[in-house]
Amino acid sequence: MKRDPANNISVTGVPSPKSWREIPIGGVITDAGNSEEYHTGGWRSFRPIWDWQKCVNCKVCWIYCPDGSIRIRDGAVAGIDLDYCKGCGICSKECPHDAIKMIEESAAEAEAKVKQ
Amino acid sequence: MTLQKVKGIPVALEGDRAVAEAMRQMNPDVVAAYPITPQTEIVMRFSDFVASGEVETEFIPVESEHASMSACIGASAAGGRVQTASSGAGIALMWEVLWVASGSRLPIVMHVVNRSLSAPLNIHCDHSDSIGMRDAGWVQLYDEDVQEAYDNAIQVVRIAEHPDVLLPTIHALDGFILGHSVERLEKLPDEAVTEFIGTYTPAYPLLDVEHPLSYGPMDLQDYFFEHKRQQAEAMVHALDVVAQVAEEYGDLTGRYHSLIEGYRLDDADFVTVMLGSTVGTAKCAVDLMREQGVKAGLLKIRCFRPFPAAAVAEALADRKAIAVLDRSLSFGAQINPLCLEVIGALYSHGFAPKLINYVYGLGGRDTVPAQICEIYQELVRIDREGVTGSVLRYLAVRD
Repeated sequence: MKRDPANNISVTGVPSPKSWREIPIGGVITDAGNSEEYHTGGWRSFRPIWDWQKCVNCKVCWIYCPDGSIRIRDGAVAGIDLDYCKGCGICSKECPHDAIKMIEESAAEAEAKVKQ
Repeated sequence: MTLQKVKGIPVALEGDRAVAEAMRQMNPDVVAAYPITPQTEIVMRFSDFVASGEVETEFIPVESEHASMSACIGASAAGGRVQTASSGAGIALMWEVLWVASGSRLPIVMHVVNRSLSAPLNIHCDHSDSIGMRDAGWVQLYDEDVQEAYDNAIQVVRIAEHPDVLLPTIHALDGFILGHSVERLEKLPDEAVTEFIGTYTPAYPLLDVEHPLSYGPMDLQDYFFEHKRQQAEAMVHALDVVAQVAEEYGDLTGRYHSLIEGYRLDDADFVTVMLGSTVGTAKCAVDLMREQGVKAGLLKIRCFRPFPAAAVAEALADRKAIAVLDRSLSFGAQINPLCLEVIGALYSHGFAPKLINYVYGLGGRDTVPAQICEIYQELVRIDREGVTGSVLRYLAVRD
C-alpha cells in the first residue's frame, strides 16, 4: 500500500477575479456543482499536520471531517486537502492514535517558507 | 411592437381602484399582498377579481408584509410576473427583503399608497415610507393624480422588466388624497394594456429545470461589491428606460409623462419643486401668483429613483429663487431627501441659485394653494432682499 508522505494534496491557484461586467447579475449562480471553486481553506487559522507514521488508517478522521477534506487514495488516508480544510480540529480531537496535531497556520506558513 | 393611439374609456375611480383595475388588465402571474390602510382597497378589489375569475393570477393572501415581499421574491425568481401593494408600516416591515428583491435583480412591481410611519399612530399621507426605501435599490415613480396612478401602474412593469434594468419598481400615490379620492380618468381597453406590457421573458427563471441556478448565495469580500456596481449601472440605464417607456405610452394614450415635468416653467423666476399630488395643488398656486404678476412656475419630479440630475439642473439653473418641498423629514439632516437631490444636481452642474427647503404635509396635514402662494411670496422676498435666511423650514406647523 502506497502512502503519500506529503501532508496535503494541493493548494491550487485562486482564479483571477472577474469584473462587474463579466458576471451574472443578482449574484445568480448559473451552473451547478461549482462550490469546489471556492477554497474555504482560506478561513483556516489552525492547520492539521498528519503523521503518516502514527496513522493506522482507521479513517475515523474521514468519518468526522465536516468538510470532506480527508483525502483517501487507494483505500487509505492520503493526507488533508488544505484547499477546503477550515482548521476546525475535529480530526485531531477524534484521532485515536494522536496522528493529527494542530499548529497555528502562520507557523505552518513560516515553516513552509523556510523549506523553500 | 406597433402601437396606434387608442381611444380611452372614461371612468370615475378612486386611486386605489384605478390601480386595482390596472392590475386586473395586466393579469400578473402572482400577487402576494397583505392589506393595510390606505392600500387596502387595492388588495380587496384585486382579490374580488381573483375570486370572480377575471384574472388568472395566483393570489397569495400572506400573513404579513415581510411574507408578501418574500413570496414575491420567490415567485419572481421562479420566473413569474409579480406584483404587490403596500403602505407605511407595511413597507417598513418589508425592509429586509426589499433589498433582497433589488439585489437579486427581480423586476417585482409594488403599488405604494403613501402613509406616514408610526409613532404616534397615523394612517394619512406623507412620503416617509417610500422615501425611507430610497436607498433600497428600487426604481421610484410618483403619481400626481389618479390618471397618473393608473398610467404609472402600467408603465412600471415595462420599466422593471426591461433587460437593461431588471430592478424592482414602485410607483407611489398619496394615501387618501389620491388613494381614496374619486377622479375622472381614461383607462385603456384591456387588449391595449396586454399589448403594451407584452410578455415577460425572465433572465434567470428557477423553474427552467434544464438550466439549474442558485439564487441568493453567500457573496463576500470578493464579489459583493461587483454585484452592487451592477445595480448602480442598472439604475443609470433605468433613466433612459423610464423616458423611453413614457414616450411609448404617450404615443399610445396621448398622455406623456417624462422624468420631470414643468408647469409654466419656461419664463419662471420663482420655482417650487415637489413629488406627488401636491403638484396639482401647486399648479393652482402658480396660476394665482401669475395673476398677481409673479413669474411663478413649478417642477414636478415624476422619477425620484434614479434621480434625473442633469434634467433637474438644466430646468432650475437660472432661477431667481427655488423652494423644494419635502413630504418626509430626515431627522438631523441639514435638508431633506428631495432637496438634497436637487442641491446635489445643481452643485454638480455648477449652479448655486438661492434655495430653501420646506417640510410639509406630514401625517396628512392638509396643504392648500394659499400656503404654496406664501412660499412664492417668500421666494420673491428672498430675491428682493438678497438674503436667504434659514434654508430648512416647516410649512403650516403651529409655532
